[in-house]
Amino acid sequence: MPYKILKKETLAPRIKLMEIEAPYVARAARPGQFIVLRIHEQGERIPITIGKADKERGVLTIAFQEVGKTTYHLGTLEAGDELLDVVGPLGKPSEIDKFGTVVAVGGGIGVPLLYPIVKALKEVGNRIIMIEGARSADLLVLEDWFRPIVDELRITTDDGSRGRKGFVSDELRDILESGQKVDRVIAVGPAIMMKVVSELTRPYGIPTIVSLNSIMVDGTGMCGACRVEVDGKTMFACVDGPEMDGHKVDFDLLMKRLDAYKAMEKESLELFLKTKEASNARG
Amino acid sequence: MPEDKKRRRGKPTPKKTPMREREPLERIKHFLEVPYGYSPEEAVQEAQRCLMCPRPFCVEGCPVEIDIPGFIDLIVQKDFLGALLKIKETNSLPAICGRVCPQEDQCEVKCVLSKRWEPVAIGRLERFVADYVAEHALEPPPTLPEPNGYKVAIVGSGPAGLTLAGMMAKWGYKAVIYEALHEPGGVLTYGIPDFRLPPEVTRREINDLKKLGVEIITDFVVGKTATVDQLLNEFGYDAVFLGTGAGLPRFMNIPGENLVGIYSANEFLTRVNLMKAYKFPEYDTPVLKGKRVATIGAGNVSMDAARCALRLGAEESIIVYRRSAEEMPARIEEIHHAEEEGVKFHLLTLPIEYKGDERGWVKKIVLQKQELGEPDESGRRRPVPIKGSEYEMDVDVVVVAIGQVPTPLIHQSQPDIAITKWNTIDANYETGATTKPGVFAGGDCIRGAATVILAMGDARKAAYAMDYYIKNKNKPGIWEELRSAKESFVPKREVSAEEEEETEA
Repeated sequence: MPYKILKKETLAPRIKLMEIEAPYVARAARPGQFIVLRIHEQGERIPITIGKADKERGVLTIAFQEVGKTTYHLGTLEAGDELLDVVGPLGKPSEIDKFGTVVAVGGGIGVPLLYPIVKALKEVGNRIIMIEGARSADLLVLEDWFRPIVDELRITTDDGSRGRKGFVSDELRDILESGQKVDRVIAVGPAIMMKVVSELTRPYGIPTIVSLNSIMVDGTGMCGACRVEVDGKTMFACVDGPEMDGHKVDFDLLMKRLDAYKAMEKESLELFLKTKEASNARG
Repeated sequence: MPEDKKRRRGKPTPKKTPMREREPLERIKHFLEVPYGYSPEEAVQEAQRCLMCPRPFCVEGCPVEIDIPGFIDLIVQKDFLGALLKIKETNSLPAICGRVCPQEDQCEVKCVLSKRWEPVAIGRLERFVADYVAEHALEPPPTLPEPNGYKVAIVGSGPAGLTLAGMMAKWGYKAVIYEALHEPGGVLTYGIPDFRLPPEVTRREINDLKKLGVEIITDFVVGKTATVDQLLNEFGYDAVFLGTGAGLPRFMNIPGENLVGIYSANEFLTRVNLMKAYKFPEYDTPVLKGKRVATIGAGNVSMDAARCALRLGAEESIIVYRRSAEEMPARIEEIHHAEEEGVKFHLLTLPIEYKGDERGWVKKIVLQKQELGEPDESGRRRPVPIKGSEYEMDVDVVVVAIGQVPTPLIHQSQPDIAITKWNTIDANYETGATTKPGVFAGGDCIRGAATVILAMGDARKAAYAMDYYIKNKNKPGIWEELRSAKESFVPKREVSAEEEEETEA
């Protein structure tokens, strides 16, 4: 069954948004879950977080950054094109409850996944402070999604071109040090960001949830590519997560495992870009 | 026995007709299938070894009760299509079973010839007729039954699911299979390597099932995309069969096991077989190619992994196993193939730790020598550590192939489908009935990791039970009857008095 791309938008350089027709997945999706997709017959299976899921229309919205061959390739597709496979919703859904004040920390491509989580948390009565960070102003995405559903939106950029100059963790540190009551922190983004956030909240004993972006193949618990150590025990991010207790995750191991295929990923991307260039030159 | 059949009774010869194979040094350079299969002449010659026992014990050894002398007799008469159709009466996956069944423990071990000589090569003959008929496109399109108006959902498209779907379709049911991966076949597709079971063979037999009207929906994870309850209530299926296999890898939980370069057998084989990582970068999925690869465990999956490692270019591929050669669970044929190809065996050896470099990549295994002690609950002698025997082995890739357990996804999403303490689905072995009315199960998900043919045998029993259930849904106590059944609903094979007599003689 092919999965049609209904809409494509460029949100920022190398960051794209897509609406994909996947009725079963959209109907079952809950906050915090992800899909695995495959573009074509020779393609790899990659996990991508679900941004929005429109149950009535049967449409998923995803946003992704072009980092490797598959995401670059995905970025070249247009509305009307089809993906070969979309499977999901995978992983355990987020715990949605009335916690009080929740700080949602989003970095880079973790931002879309935060949307359904934040929205659901807001709907049950939590106060939400959102911190969104990027390297520079032009890479800040989906602000318009969050504005209407958060109580406070704080922006940081590494270069100071928008909001506070610095990292999301700097902003979080200020909030924690200001003494205001924070009942829960949810961090989604690069592993290093989630590690720093977890270290920051640890002394305060604030429950901190992170969503792990491990390498996956099947995404259903079959392979164990995504295994991580949580509290010294081996867990599979795909079925035991993706959300885990940030204070118990071995982030150093996660980061090492994320780099496992770096050399081959580079080879694959370079080959793709070279082939694309050649076909552009011909065309 | 009719006179003409008697005349075709075999002239027993001590040895099986050999099957030609690719040379070991040539075949480890690629993933092409190792044996070539019989020629028609070789097949007929081998078929003539069959004694055509009136009461064939081989059939008793077959979990799906193929009429083995029946199909062999047709091979002797060179009616290869007839032979295939005879097999297909009870087995819709003959080319697959002919390749991967452990015949030496099933039909062939019961062959009367095996008392003195080598048994009839039943598996090779089964494979021959399936391949011959497909190659020559001899099989006519199946006559489709009148639809009976019922529809059944099958979860998982492995050997169990395919078997049940095929049977239900033949009986007029609408059979729809839901598969989590993007390609049907289950372990046949993600697990068994191309050189042992070429993907086109699996695809061919699955296509034959589609011709019967079986529908396969891929990318659908029951338990996630929809629950079993939804299948029954919203999708309107009259019954559900779970053939979800044993896909969850086991690890040893020893220090360093999560270092980069240490794979579960499932991951390693899925990357190589399903995702075709051996064709990287033509295919996008990578796999780490080690120079020195250790595979932990000595089952069929371990042999597959160790042989894949060689084909990916490993200079050394080593099986590490904690017991002795005698206890290795793999088929003799698989061990033999691995040895021929140069796989090394470090027996009575147990990994106790992995050591890595600063980047987190595995570099060494710490191994400990074992000796055999008293038999354990499996009846095999328990390995006992020899203190002070620890040593290190350099490796750059490790494949942990110590077994799989069933996936918990079904039970997690549907707690009224109970599981046992071994995490298998609680089902009656004769009917497949689970703790949830209308839901049947069979294969590895109720047994733990076993074989293709046992899964197919379960599915066959479950199909008869499911048919009985759907047609008697309103009978009071029907589910209790299926749950507590001591015998399956599969019709008994008829043995005439005359045949009995002949066998006695």
